[in-house]
Amino acid sequence: MEDFYRDYILDHYRNPRNFGHLENPTVSAEELNPLCGDVIRMELRVDGDGIVRDVRFSGKGCAISQASASMLTESAIGMPLEAVARLSKDVVLENVGIGISPTRMKCAMLGLRVLKTAAIGSLAAWPDEE
Amino acid sequence: MIHLRERSAQEIRADFPIFARPTSRGKRLVYLDSAATSQKPQSVIDALDTYYREYNANIHRGVYEIAAHATEAFEAARARVARFINCAPGELVWTRNTTESINLVAYAWGHANVHAGDTILLTELEHHSNLVPWQLLAQRTGATVRFIPIDERGMLVLDGIDRLLEGCKILSIAHVGNTLGTIQPLDTIIPRARAAGALVVVDGAQAAPHLPVDVAALDCDFYAFSAHKMLGPTGIGALYGRRSLLESMPPFLSGGDMIRTVAYDRTTFNEPPWKFEAGTSNIADAIAFGSAIDYLADVGLGWIREHEKRITRYALERLMTLAAHGLVVYGPKNPNHTGGVLSFNLGDVHAHDVASILDTEGVCVRAGHHCTMPLMEKMGWHSTARASFYLYNTEEDVDALALALEKAARIFKL
Ligand SMILES: Cc1ncc(COP(=O)(O)O)c(C=O)c1O
Repeated sequence: MEDFYRDYILDHYRNPRNFGHLENPTVSAEELNPLCGDVIRMELRVDGDGIVRDVRFSGKGCAISQASASMLTESAIGMPLEAVARLSKDVVLENVGIGISPTRMKCAMLGLRVLKTAAIGSLAAWPDEE
Repeated sequence: MIHLRERSAQEIRADFPIFARPTSRGKRLVYLDSAATSQKPQSVIDALDTYYREYNANIHRGVYEIAAHATEAFEAARARVARFINCAPGELVWTRNTTESINLVAYAWGHANVHAGDTILLTELEHHSNLVPWQLLAQRTGATVRFIPIDERGMLVLDGIDRLLEGCKILSIAHVGNTLGTIQPLDTIIPRARAAGALVVVDGAQAAPHLPVDVAALDCDFYAFSAHKMLGPTGIGALYGRRSLLESMPPFLSGGDMIRTVAYDRTTFNEPPWKFEAGTSNIADAIAFGSAIDYLADVGLGWIREHEKRITRYALERLMTLAAHGLVVYGPKNPNHTGGVLSFNLGDVHAHDVASILDTEGVCVRAGHHCTMPLMEKMGWHSTARASFYLYNTEEDVDALALALEKAARIFKL
């Protein structure tokens, strides 16, 4: 677990990428992790070909939820919206690079759940429950 | 009670088998989450084991030897717990925990006595267990819930209390708050509430484990607490109720054991406390709760209180040295007014990240809203980390906490 707080994770936490809001998002979603009260909002701009052109996230919470959301926005930009809707938790595990303790899995997966909810248009299951 | 020899926290620690086991990372277990649940001494574990091995039987009905033994042990445990808070055994109802005890009052007494337009008075720092049952009672009956406010240190503001108590049906209040550890001034509040004609319910979940409690001196109507926070097992708790109220109020759950006679069309109820104990009770855990009480009484609540003050004072000093890293302690910061609980944050680091890093050093603290979401919202805290102390904690535990916090500060470059 101490490995989790690596410099690049802390960098994403301290300097989140794509943080903020979009003018007219095509789709968006927001979700709360009831365990810790962390909130994440994801806003996506999708072009006529169904490609995600831009993503912004906002919210507050622990380093794990915020850093993994920040990294996820970078992964999602350029992807077909349909592929975003089908993303598995592996994308988060690959982004963050190492095993997350089970107690913090929900924190790490919060951004993914919100992103998928935005893409699907209805509530996505927690990725670790699939 | 006379103590022949004062024990040290080190000796006490040796009675708790869990402390003999290192964590998976080979660290000494530094358990600072007793406000959530306490660890258990060998004697409590033995009581459970002995019951199941030697005299497991259902109580109150069996005529054979082990059933009589079980009944006797079960009722003897009730008498010990009752003596511990200075009430009669007939005034002590077994429940599952504090939450169930409060629900029992809210449903049984509340349903019979609370009507539209009545008010229920709480404080702004109650645990969800002492808030949600009253919200639901208010919704069912059309009553209103009001709150005694707190100031920025988390202390109750009592200036307007007499106005708040006007026409108040129930006052329900924590003896010790679980997020900031504040010991509430029940000595001033309860007489005023009783003078105003309110029923007084006390949530003793964080007080009974740490302070000498005397329900007769407090003059409350109900007092709720949980065994698992005071060295006993999970799944057993208690509710003290004034005898006249227990007699006059309707039962809560119904079924076997709580009855005197049953016909197809009518039932007469058993007398208190059994009137409120429907179905087979949690026999083993009640008996082991009695052993926990023996352990606490043997060490002495006076000693425990003084020990926790010492540890809290030391922890406050130790944590102050981390102020340069942005460490902030919330609440009254005076061990004379708190029950061995410290809520804090480290700079802008989320409490869950702090707790995760402390965990790597074997240090167990709680992080989050501590089941007091409205309080957190009011104080403007997203979440806090909370260290809580008990009789088995030592200065060494506090040192480990401080060192682990330094590690967290290093990782987050504070
Ligand atoms: C002040 C307070 N009240 C009530 C409770 C609920 O106790 P239990 O979960 O044992 O019912 C707690 C437990 O955290 C508490 O701290």
